[in-house]
Amino acid sequence: MKVFKTKYSNREATISTAALPDIIFMLLFFFMVTTVLRKSDENLKYKIPTAEQLKQIEQKSLITQISIGIPKETGKYGSEPRIEADGRLITVDDIVPFIMKEKDELPTYSRDQIIVLLKADEDVPMGIVSDVKQELRKANARRIIFAASWKSN
Amino acid sequence: MADIAFLLLIFFLVTTTIQTNQGLSVTLPPHSDDPDIAKFHERNIYKVHINSSDKVLVENQPFESFEKLHADTKKFILNNGEDPESSENPEKAIISLKMNRGTHYKRFIEMMDALQGVYYEIYGERVGLTAQEFRSLNLQLADHKAKYDRARDGVPMNISIAEPNKIN
Repeated sequence: MKVFKTKYSNREATISTAALPDIIFMLLFFFMVTTVLRKSDENLKYKIPTAEQLKQIEQKSLITQISIGIPKETGKYGSEPRIEADGRLITVDDIVPFIMKEKDELPTYSRDQIIVLLKADEDVPMGIVSDVKQELRKANARRIIFAASWKSN
Repeated sequence: MADIAFLLLIFFLVTTTIQTNQGLSVTLPPHSDDPDIAKFHERNIYKVHINSSDKVLVENQPFESFEKLHADTKKFILNNGEDPESSENPEKAIISLKMNRGTHYKRFIEMMDALQGVYYEIYGERVGLTAQEFRSLNLQLADHKAKYDRARDGVPMNISIAEPNKIN
């Protein structure tokens, strides 16, 4: 029996994949540029001190960040050291409610294991740091990391 | 095309800073209204004071060098009652770090770093590790956890950060 044989029957219909790498790279760059690793602190500038006895914290989900530094816009916020949490400038009295809110977002079993990463500028006086520390004790957030970078001699 | 893409890729790899969560780890005491609730024997307290111009007094003597502080602190912690002026045992030994409200944070971190270094070294020595290796023990792993517990058994890291003075 004769089988139909057209002159195109052996050709496979293909889609050109030449542009695929371009598309992949475009997606890659799109995500690289738009991904924000963490809410960045917009209002304060600080340079964290250096130290040697550093510990790396593995339980990232438990970490809450509080920073202390000099406002970038000194005209608007003054030139005294201020406290910042969650992208907003706060006062010492706002720390306990802030920590409570952060604790609520954690699973029940790990609420009291919350870790506060305290990023303070190396030139701020201890007074404000100590005030923050006392508030954290009141809020029962007792694990603190004084952020520091590696000291290279 | 690929070259340009790789160039961009490498550019972003190099310029992106990933937030690191490293620093000096401290566990604060529970909140209490009476700050002087616990009284300790004088011999068990090793006093380090920093004033508002970042000058340090160690046991009422002017601070000399980090090497001396390291050696003296270590001797104090591991005294075990030998010297009647020094600590009774590591469990009772307390290092009291006291500052002024005007002390710079940088100086505080410097001293805290030095004092924690003493403890980490002691811990490391007890289980045959360096201070650096001890700090990077992964507590999720059973054998690391065992080492960690063995090192810390009987030698708690008693570094007290006292409330700063209002005035000099």
